[in-house]
Formats: sequence, structure tokens, C-alpha cells
Amino acid sequence: MLGYIIRRILAVIPVMTIVAVFVFLLLRLTPGDPAAIIAGDMATPAQLERIRTSLGLSEPLHEQFITWVGLLLQGDLGTSLISNTPVTQMIGQRVWPTINIAILTIVLSVLIAVPMGVLAAWRHRTWVDYVVMAFSVLGFSIPVFVIGYLFIQTFSIGLGWFPVQGYVAPSEGFGAFLSRAILPCLTLATIYVALIARMTRASMLEVLGEDYIRTARAKGVKEIVVLFRHALRNAAVPIMTIIGTGFALLIGGVVVTESVFNIPGIGRLTVDAILARDYPVIQGMILLTSGLYVFINLIIDLSYTFFDPRIRY
Amino acid sequence: MLRIQERLFRCTSLGRGMALGLLAGAALMTGSSLATTPAGAEGKTVTAVMHSGLRVLDPIITTAHITRNHGYMIYDVLVAVDENFEPQPQMADWTISDDNLVYTFTLRDGLTFHDGNPVTAADAVASLKRWGKRDSGGQLLFDVTESLEAKDDKTLVWTLKSPFPALLEIVGKQSAVPPFIMPERVASGSADEAITDYTGSGPFVFVEEEYQPGVSVTYRKFEDYVPREEPANWMAGGKNVKVDQVKWVTMPDAQTAINALMSGEIDYIEQVQIDLLPILETSENVTVETRDELGYQTIGRMNFKYPPFDDVKIRQAAMMALSQENVLGTLIGNPDYYTICGAIFGCGTPLADDSGSGTLTSGGDIEGAKKLLEEAGYDGTPVVLMQPTDVVSLTAQPVVAAQALREAGFNVDMQPMDWQTLVTRRASQAKPSEGGWNMFFTNWMVPEINSPLISPMLNGRGDDAWFGWPEDDEIEVLRAEFIAADTLDKQKEVAVRIQEHTLENVLYIPLGQYASPQARSNKLTGMIPSPVPVFWNVEKAD
Repeated sequence: MLGYIIRRILAVIPVMTIVAVFVFLLLRLTPGDPAAIIAGDMATPAQLERIRTSLGLSEPLHEQFITWVGLLLQGDLGTSLISNTPVTQMIGQRVWPTINIAILTIVLSVLIAVPMGVLAAWRHRTWVDYVVMAFSVLGFSIPVFVIGYLFIQTFSIGLGWFPVQGYVAPSEGFGAFLSRAILPCLTLATIYVALIARMTRASMLEVLGEDYIRTARAKGVKEIVVLFRHALRNAAVPIMTIIGTGFALLIGGVVVTESVFNIPGIGRLTVDAILARDYPVIQGMILLTSGLYVFINLIIDLSYTFFDPRIRY
Repeated sequence: MLRIQERLFRCTSLGRGMALGLLAGAALMTGSSLATTPAGAEGKTVTAVMHSGLRVLDPIITTAHITRNHGYMIYDVLVAVDENFEPQPQMADWTISDDNLVYTFTLRDGLTFHDGNPVTAADAVASLKRWGKRDSGGQLLFDVTESLEAKDDKTLVWTLKSPFPALLEIVGKQSAVPPFIMPERVASGSADEAITDYTGSGPFVFVEEEYQPGVSVTYRKFEDYVPREEPANWMAGGKNVKVDQVKWVTMPDAQTAINALMSGEIDYIEQVQIDLLPILETSENVTVETRDELGYQTIGRMNFKYPPFDDVKIRQAAMMALSQENVLGTLIGNPDYYTICGAIFGCGTPLADDSGSGTLTSGGDIEGAKKLLEEAGYDGTPVVLMQPTDVVSLTAQPVVAAQALREAGFNVDMQPMDWQTLVTRRASQAKPSEGGWNMFFTNWMVPEINSPLISPMLNGRGDDAWFGWPEDDEIEVLRAEFIAADTLDKQKEVAVRIQEHTLENVLYIPLGQYASPQARSNKLTGMIPSPVPVFWNVEKAD
């Protein structure tokens, strides 16, 4: 197991190197000029050139790359070309709202979706199953911003239960955090509940047909134990995969939800950086996201051994 | 149901694993320090949603309006303009020598930087010199400057080589780059590198530790600021701060901002999308108003270097095809918020005159444009028209213009792109078929184009001119005449000739003026009309 983990961690190095080179070159080939954003509409070509020089953008491409990689190896992601703020500081400010929202969303999704999927499988081809599947189709089909606006209209403006927008860190009061995070999390959870519930149902249907389930029932084991101890645990591997992938997607940025609920997360940071051609921020974000994907995939793979002891690395 | 779930999760390893792991994770994350705190959390706070996020903190290096607005929060200026466009003393009074060559400014008492040091003439000199390297009006002024020196701590002397009657107007300009006064140690740096020390001289202090680029910025009342005694008037007068903090937050979604204002979570929206106004009008707690009566001028600019717009007749044909009504009707929709205006210096300004605007303000003349195009011998050369797709205030103009130009007989190649691509491409002097362009559109705040001294489109110095690069000696002669004009009447006389020349040669196409409504909570009072949203004089009820 330890050898496997080390091998997986070492595999990150070539992955990240390829990502770094690819992102660096791709960005430089994209039309756009951060100096034009900084200088504004009235700048003359000469002023633009002077700003480009001061930002180091007039240097040959290979020199820019070497400078960037040199800083990267020291753990320095560089400085934003637009705001002059260290990229690590910017990511540090914006990553926590995203992580916290992602965790709460996944917790809510699992708490709702897994029992729903189990129920749907248990009551296969009954009205319960149809209701769960109908909800899943709706969850996939309705655009997330529509759900967000509906929640805001109903729970914030209509009933006045929650604030319309904004984000408060849990450290400043868990109640305040929850009151602002609940609607965006429920909005995001709508999709993930649909996804996880469908996956749970499919996996459970497969497992519920197995001989050992029939044996357990024949032995008089309570149905709830059959479902959740015997069946669900054996159906857990694909469910964990979908949960892990979902979590990685959430961390990667949920721009629309962040915009609708005004959450200063990394999704918006990335989009803003792309629109402004803020190269160091885009590079830092893509590296971070790639690293997180690799890490989460590793965690998912390791979790398989917990649910299915037959799996060995 | 909840109890059932609790039981289910208690008895399964999956539930236990997931719930414990994730909840533990959530608990670990509580150390995060980032927050968009609720309004009113720290003293009396005004929470405002501005038109864009603040990302560049140096108001001299950029012409971005949000950075200029930031500049007005934390810096003061020597001279400011009132609602009659008259320069008024702000940090300094002045005297002018009889030969109009020497301006002596005297700083008023009580001026202090946010670090506690007094504002001196040396600080002002350094700030003006740095500004003069960046601002187009400042560059004109420094072209005729013999010397600018601090005579003592309170006095600075500006000596000119030749009279420059518009000196006070230029030093008092509020857009796009006003000469903000910074400490000498800050202002003595390069004009091409952004400052990193934000010690201000104005009524608010920038709270650096709470700043999140593009997300939020907090300004605290500067307790030692001494306002002028005159009442606030446009950008001039006393800057009395009556709240503890002003917080600017960025909301990328216009609907969210409106919801937040209606629910009382924020106090002010700087620019409201006009199609969303009916929602706000249903709220009793919100007031919609236009505090910047001049608003914006939307314009089209052609590339003078390449066919077909290197031919003045073809430029005239294009202008003839366009109708301000069509453009503004599509862009804004509600006639309450736009004005058909043929004045290149903007309607409502001292130099406003609509000579030569002809068909532009009377619905366009497609038939006339066809005829003119035929006379010019247009050979069907494609017109590469750049259309930004991600700036709401600029998406309609290219579409309307393309339709009108096609009807007139132009072969239009409209190319959609994001704004960043557009600003890069418009700087290219390559042929339109090789990555260049023929026409684009943009918007200016009227105070940015209300004088030939500052309007970038009226520069006729070829490759040194603004994008489009017209070579026009006559406009340069006219601008020199304007600089020499020492009375408003003389300036107006020259301005009319500039107006006629500009439209006859189609240096650019003014496509009308529009206002940008703002919305505020009724708890906010005392907001003054001004071309820049300012937060002094504002009171907030409990």
C-alpha cells in the first residue's frame, strides 16, 4: 500500500510538468494583452509597450518560462500582473469559500442521495422508484442558475429565511456561515443528489440480486441491515467514485453558482483571470486544480480498500 | 425522516465513514479568514456594488474608472471642478501672473497623509510630474512647462513657456486620470510601474489587510482629514465623511445585486442594468436616480490606414448609414435614459454643438449612403468589424452598425471576440485581412471627451494617435488654436470648427449619449450629483 501511494505521488511530477508546459504555451498563444487591461482605453502604443516591459512580457518566451519555473520550484506561483498581489495569497483568499461550499454540498448530497438511491432500488418499479428517478432527471435538466434564483426568490426574498448572497467564513460564526452557504449548497446539491442517487440505485440494484443478499434475508436479517450493511457497502465503490469526482468538480470551480450567490471562490477567480489574461493567476489555478484532481483520485482509490477489502494495491 | 437517516447512518460503515470524514473536514476548514461580511457589521458601513471589481490600485497608471473612483476615495486633488465646469480650490488656492505664465499654488492648512505626515508642496510636485507622464492632458501641459518646483513646504510654482489658459481645467479634470496627490516617496517612482504604497491624502483610508482584488475593498473614514468649508459640489467643496466605513463589493450577477439591495444587504448599486429597472421600481425601500447627468457617449472608430476607410468619402457613407436612434434604441431601449446627441464634446457641456451631425441624428440615410458609396467607387473590400461579446454596454452597437452598413452596400465581416482580444487586436496596425481591423466601438464618460485637449479621438498625429491612427494636420492646428484661446467664447468658436472638421472627415462617429441609473437604499441620504460616484456627504440612517 505504501509503495503504491509513493508511486502515485511520484506520478504527479510528470503530470504536473506536462500541465505546466502546456498551460504556459497555450496562454501565450491566446490573443490578449494584460498591459492593455492595466493601461486602459486611453493608452498609446508607446505606453502599452513600456508597461509590457515593466511586467516582463517583452522578454523572450523561453526566458519567461524559465523565470516562472524557477519561482515555481521555490513554491512561488508568481504575482498577479493586474493586481500586483502574490498568486498564492489570492488563491489562499479564494480557495476556502470554495472548499467549504464543496464540503457542505457533498455532505448534503450524500445525506439526501444515498438513502434516496437505496429506497429507489429497494422499491424498484414502484412509485417511490419513479419519484426518485423523476427528481434525478429534473436535477440534471434544470440549469443551476434557475434553481439558484428560485431558491433566492422563495427562501430569501419571499420567506426571508436566508440572506440573498455573500459568504461568511465558519471561523466568524458557524451560524452565519450556514445561513449564507445553505442556499448555494442546496442549489449545487440538486445536481449531485440526482447524480449520486442514480448511481446508488444502479449499484444497489446489481447487488440486491446477489446470492448473499438472498441468504441474508433467508437468515431473517432485518431488511434495514440487509440494505445498509450488506448491500450498500458492496455497492459503495462506484458511489465513492462519483462522490469523489463530484467533489473534485466542485473544487475546480462552480462559476455560475458563485456568481448567483456572490461567493468569492476560485471559480470566479479563474474566470476573471482568464478575461484579464492574468497569466500567473491562470497558471497557478490550473496547477492547483490539476494537483487537487490527482490527490482526490488517489484518495478515492485508497478508499476502495476500506469498502472492499478484496481490493489490494 | 431525519431520525431514520440518523439510524441508517449510525449502523453503516459507509454512512459513518462519509459523514464523519466530511464533517471533520468541514470543521477543519473553519479557520478560513475570508468573508464578505454583512453590511453594518463594523460601525456605520455603507456597502456598495460598483460597476466592476477593483484590481489595479494605482490611479495614475490606468484609466480604468473603478481605479479612478478608488483614487477619489483615498487621495485628494489640488483643484476640482464644480457643476458649472469651473475649477475650484481643493487642496490649494492659486494666483496667476499678469503674463499668464506663472501659476502659484498655496496648499491649505491641515492637509495630512494617512501616515500622519503633512502634505507638502514637494509631494504635490512629484505627484503632478508622475501624472504628467501618463495623462494625455498632462502631457500637453508639460509640453509647455518651463518648470514646476516647490518654493517652500506650502507653495509650488508652475512656470510655463507659453500661456496655457486651460491649465486649471486640466489639473482639475476628474477623468480619466486626475492628478491625485501622493507622498513624494511614492510619486517619485516610475510612471510605468504600479505603486505599492497606498498612503493617501483623501477622506478615506484604504484598508489593505481587507482588500481582495476583484472581490471587495474597504475604506475607513480618515479621522484627521480636514474638509473644505464650502458645501460639496460635484467634485469640489467639502468632503465631509459621515459614515465609519465604505465597503465596495463586486457582484458579477446583476440580478443578485438587485436582490441584495431590495433585501437590505447592500446599500447602493453604481450602475443598474436598464432592463432590470422595473424590478427595482416595485420596491418602496429603494430609489433609482441618475446622479451623473452627463453619462456616456458611445462611439464608432475606423482604421484610417487601410481600405476602405482610408477614403474619406467611404467613411462619410458609413456615417450616413448609421442612425443614433437605432443604436441607442437597441443598446438602452428606454428613451428616458438616452439622448440623441450630435455634439462630439457631449450634450450638456460648455462646448456642445451639433454642427455637421446631419443624418446621424435624424435616423440615418441609407439611400444617401448607397449613392455616396457608389460615387466613391467602393470595390467591395470587406469591412472587418470587431464585436465584443462579453461587455454588455458594447454588444449592441456592432450588430446595429453591421446591419446598416450592409443595407448601404458594404461588405461587412463582423467578427465576435472577447474584449481582451479586441483591445489587443485594435492595437495591431496589420492589414485587416492579416489580423488587423477596420472598425470597433467603445464608450467614453462625457468628461473624458468634453474638450479637444483630452478627447483621444481628436489626435491627428498618425502612428502616435489613438487606435485608428488618422493623419490630420488640420485637427492639430485647430487643437493648438484651442489651447491658445483664452476665453470661453473663443474656445467655443474653435470647438465648433473642430466639431465640423471631425464629422466632415469622420475622425470618429458619435453614436449618442446615455445615462447610467444608480440605485440606493432609502437609508442613504446626501449623495451628491457628480460624474464620479463619491461617498463623502453620505449619511446612513439606522
